[in-house]
Parts: sequence; structure tokens; C-alpha cells
Amino acid sequence: MTAPSRGTPVRLDPVDAPEPTGLGRFGEFGGRFVPETLVPALEELEAEFRTAWSSDEFRAELADLLTNYAGRPTPVTECHRLSERLGLRVLLKREDLTHTGSHKINNVLGQALLTRRMGKQRVIAETGAGMHGVATATAAALFGLDCLVFMGAVDVERQAQNVFRMRLLGAEVVPVESGSATLKDAINEALRDWVATVETTHYCIGSVVGPHPYPWMVRQFQRIVGDEAREQCRVRLDGADPDYVLACVGGGSNAIGTFAGFIDLPNVRLIGVEAGGLGLATGKHGASVSRGVPGVLHGARSLFLQDEDGQILEAHSMSAGLDYPGVGPEHAELAAQGRADYVYATDDEAVAGLELLSVTEGIVPALEPAHAIGWLAREAGRSVPAGTTVLVTLSGRGDKDAAQVAERLTGEQLE
Amino acid sequence: MRLESHLRARRDEGHKLLVPYVTGGLGAGWLDVVRAVADAGADAIEIGIPFSDPVMDGRTIQEASQRALELGATPAKIVAEAGQLEVEVPLVVMTYCNPVLHAGYARFAAELNAAGIDGAILPDLPLDEIGEWAEAADATGVETVLLAAPTTPDDRLRAICERSRGFVYGVSLLGVTGERDQVAHQAAEMGRRCKAVTDKPVLLGLGISTPAQAVEVAGFADGVIVGSALVRRLLDGGGPEAAREFVGSLREALDR
Ligand SMILES: Cc1ncc(COP(=O)(O)O)c(C=O)c1O
Repeated sequence: MTAPSRGTPVRLDPVDAPEPTGLGRFGEFGGRFVPETLVPALEELEAEFRTAWSSDEFRAELADLLTNYAGRPTPVTECHRLSERLGLRVLLKREDLTHTGSHKINNVLGQALLTRRMGKQRVIAETGAGMHGVATATAAALFGLDCLVFMGAVDVERQAQNVFRMRLLGAEVVPVESGSATLKDAINEALRDWVATVETTHYCIGSVVGPHPYPWMVRQFQRIVGDEAREQCRVRLDGADPDYVLACVGGGSNAIGTFAGFIDLPNVRLIGVEAGGLGLATGKHGASVSRGVPGVLHGARSLFLQDEDGQILEAHSMSAGLDYPGVGPEHAELAAQGRADYVYATDDEAVAGLELLSVTEGIVPALEPAHAIGWLAREAGRSVPAGTTVLVTLSGRGDKDAAQVAERLTGEQLE
Repeated sequence: MRLESHLRARRDEGHKLLVPYVTGGLGAGWLDVVRAVADAGADAIEIGIPFSDPVMDGRTIQEASQRALELGATPAKIVAEAGQLEVEVPLVVMTYCNPVLHAGYARFAAELNAAGIDGAILPDLPLDEIGEWAEAADATGVETVLLAAPTTPDDRLRAICERSRGFVYGVSLLGVTGERDQVAHQAAEMGRRCKAVTDKPVLLGLGISTPAQAVEVAGFADGVIVGSALVRRLLDGGGPEAAREFVGSLREALDR
């Protein structure tokens, strides 16, 4: 392996990725649909990011944090036993091995640096599975910032371990009871806080959702996943690229970060795996690309699950990180272009994926990327032909889900 | 131009303007509430069309929206029912972008016009994103009211006042809707800044909770918008009478 050793600064953004046009547009999607109060802060953030992103000093600082604090680069692991089982060649991009245990840290460290540059002392965040909340609380501790995390009351329950971690890190966690009491409602509440505190607070959004510049900025912070993986795959595959690149899609940040590294390679098929919940026919799912229609929520025009009057529907997924009735605008555009395909795995398939990876490779994935594994297990030898090479982004580790999965598999509560 | 001309005329007669907000579809008697509010001396009335995810709203209007949705309120029903109101004052709908986009901008504007609704306020459709909707609204004569915020810089404030129709909605605090104990310190400055760049009617709103606060804030501009304080009375079981009494007390204080 020629992957740089620890201590070598990681490279950021080796090729220029396409910028959104106009006011954060990806095709017809994106934009800045927010209360007037927030517009100036978004303009400031966009300007700050633009300057920072082209500054060597900022890049060096971020690269240093990613390397020496977050533990990048993460490896690409060849899965011998899983590959044999599925009749494919499966590689995993190991975001589960980062500090805090998921890809969320990549984005958060970037935004924490921006927060400091803007002279703000307080960060707020929404979180679903709690990984983004933990990452934000971690960066806040590191940078000495005040941190408040909004989390749906349902998620507070099912991801209790992460709630404790956030509090341990010095963050305040606010359970959100409104609406479906999950990720969507946590974002609503974070936006409401931000409207009141925008002069002193940065809203650290955890995915490629929200008003411009977030979908673009968060993609840039996450594209390190794809950029690293592309080089690592070439080393491992004798200069070749994988046939399929797979990632789970909640808001879509680990997927878009992964896709960004491969988007200019037309022979690489990009596949986003959404939450199929109890099955699309039941209406209880989080498959916003497959079943959503264009709309505006949380500051952006994108695809959302909604009823015939334009009221947003509750998503359903056993995985808190995918339990969101929308998707980032760039995914909506990639789907419209046909550049990426969006599929789904059900709750059951995700749990099966989690078990499969655990027993074949000794890697317990988070429930979110377990959807990608579950889909692959279903489609291997079918829509994914035998013998093809597949890169899967393993966006996080499964520790946070142990209690929930144990209860589902054994019917008993973990001590 | 009915909304703007009506408000201008009232202002020029020397009145402070009063625009209460009522959540549409909040109980079977909501139309009677609107009538009572009109009778009690409102100069225009905002009718809220509930949305599932109202990010500019605090607890009271969130709860009212939720309750109205549970009672079966839909944008089409509220607009159609409002069309049966025979009140003298102009009506303005307040909702979020998504239900409007979902209905189709042109269709929604046409429905408002057909129902005799004069204006629309869409708080998550700021100046930069207003284009498509404004085209449809302008074509049917629906007046789109824009919000100006304490954080809005001067050049942008001028452009907002220029583009706003009906009146300019000055946001009188940093935050979402909901009652407050005191008038926020941003209110005076907001009123002054808007008045300095436009002669359209300037109304300040958000957080105004009592007749005394209404008088204080109206002193900074041409009038006030009062939402949560009225809606809370409706949530607490008040009907047309409670609405008439509260709005009447605001009117009386403003006219004193
Ligand atoms: C491990 C993990 N993967 C994926 C996600 C989904 O987010 P995104 O689609 O933005 O990558 C989450 C969100 O909580 C997560 O914790």
C-alpha cells in the first residue's frame, strides 16, 4: 500500500469539483429558501468558506487536524470472505475508523475552523443517529466552543449511548418533541434557534442539506472520502477503478463525498442506498429519491416525501441516521441526470447486512451503511453481476447500535 | 393594489395600522373568528395556512398549525373558505413555500385571486428566491409582502422595500414568532431603517403581545402585526368573542 503514513498531511480536493451555479443550484435543485434573518449569515458563511477553501493556510490547518486528530487517511479494506460469499470483489472505505467513528468528523472539523475564523463562540447542530452530534461536540471541546445539539426525542431514546457521549464532551443535548421527534424536527428546532442567535452562533449542519452554501460546502469537506478512495482503489486494483461505488444516503453526505471522487469516471456506477424501512409499499420508509417529489424544506429545493397538499411526511427507518424525508439537492440532480442510481434496503435487510459483515469480516457496521451491505447482499449476482468490483463506503461503526440491534435480534434488552 | 392602497389610506387618515394573524382551519368556527377580528378594528388580516414544518414559528403557532392539520385543514380548503368571507378589510395569506410550490405557483396565485385574497407572505421565500413566485403573483394581482430583518444590510433593505408589495414586514426581533415579556431592542431600529427607505406602509411584527407593547412598537413605524398572542387565546378555548375582545383592546390602545 502506498497510502501515506500517519503524520503525512492528507491532500484535500486534488481536482476541482463542479461548483453549483447561481445561488447554490444543482440543476433545478438547491437554493437558499430561508427566513430573511438568516440570509446575511449565509452570505457571510459562503464568503468565508470560499476564501478559506482557496487559502493554503486553512487547508494546511484542516489537513493537519484530519491527519493527526481524526486519523486520516482511512484505509480501504479488501473483504475476502464477504467477497467469496457474494461472488464479487468487495472493498470497504473505512470511515468507521476515524476519530468519533464516522465520516461526520470530516465536515465538522472544517466547519469548526470556519466558526473560529468568523469569530463565533457557539455552535449548534442537529443530529439523528448522534454521530454528527458527537462529532460536533468533539470539535467544540477541541476548539473551546459552546455547543448545543438538537436531537429528536425518539432518537434520544434509541441512540442513548451517543447522548451520553455528547454530554460527556460538554455539549448540551436538547430533545425535540415536535412533529415526528426525529431528524427533520431536530433541524427545524436548530433553524429556530439560529434565527434567534445568528449573530453569535454558527449552525454546523451535518449533511449535504440546507440552504446554500451548505450542500456544496459539506460536499467539499466530505469529498476527501472519495478522493482518498479513488487513489487507494487504483493501488489495489492495479490502476483500475471499481465497477460500482456504493454508499448509504440519509441527507447524503457520505455518499456525495464518496461520489465526488469518481464522478468524472463514466464507467463507475454510483449507487445511493436509501432507507426502505418496512418496505416502500407500506409508506413507512425514508426513500426520498425513489418516492419523493420536488419541494422546499430546510432551505433547499430538493426531493421530499410529502402528501398531496405539500405537507412533509414522516420518514421511517430503524436507522436514526437515515430517518429523514428528504435528500441533499445534489443527489436530486444526480438522480435527474441519471448519473447516480438510488435504491433501497429495508430495515430487515440492513440488520442482515450488519450481521453478514460482522461474521464474515469482523467489522460491525453502523445501521446506516449496513443498508448498503444489505442491498449488495440482495443484489449480488442479480443486478450487480458476479465478479464485479464494488467499493462500499462504511460510513460509521456499529457501537452506537448495539443495544437497538440486540433488542431486535434477541428480544431482550442489553444491560 | 388593494392591500397597499387600503393600508396607505388608513395610515394617511392618521391611524396606526393593526394586522392580526389567525391560523386558518383552527376549529370549525375559524371564519367567525376572522369576522370578529375584522369587526374589532383590524386594518387587514393575515390568515395562516398551516404547514407541517413551520421554522419561523414558535410553540404557539406550531401548536395551532398542528391542531388545524389534525382537524383536516388543507391549503385549498382554507383558501376556498376564506373566499366566503364577506369582510371589508383586505386578507393576506401567510404560509411557507412548499405548499405553494406543491400546488403550483401560478395555480395558487390564481386561487388566491379568485377567493378575493389580496396578498401573500411566504417567510421562507426571501428576495433572492422570490422570482418565479412573484411573476405568478404579480400577473394575478396578488401582493407579495417581503420581510426585512434586523440583520438585513442597508443596500439589501432598500431592495426588499422596493420589491415588497402591500406593505413591508419589519421583523421586530431576532427569533421566531411567540409572545415575549418585552419589546425587543431591535424594534425601534428596524422601524426607523425601513421608514428611511420607503414610503410604503411599514408594519412591525413578531413577539408583540399586549396593547401596551403594540402602542410602543407602532410608534416606530406605521403599525403592528399580532399573531401568537391572539392564537394562544384561541388555543386556550377562546372563540370569536375572545378574539373580538383582545383585538378590540389593541385597537383601542392604538387609537388612544
Ligand atoms: C454512520 C452514519 N452513516 C450515514 C449517516 C447518514 O448521513 P449522510 O447521508 O449525510 O451521510 C449517518 C447520520 O447520522 C451516520 O451516522
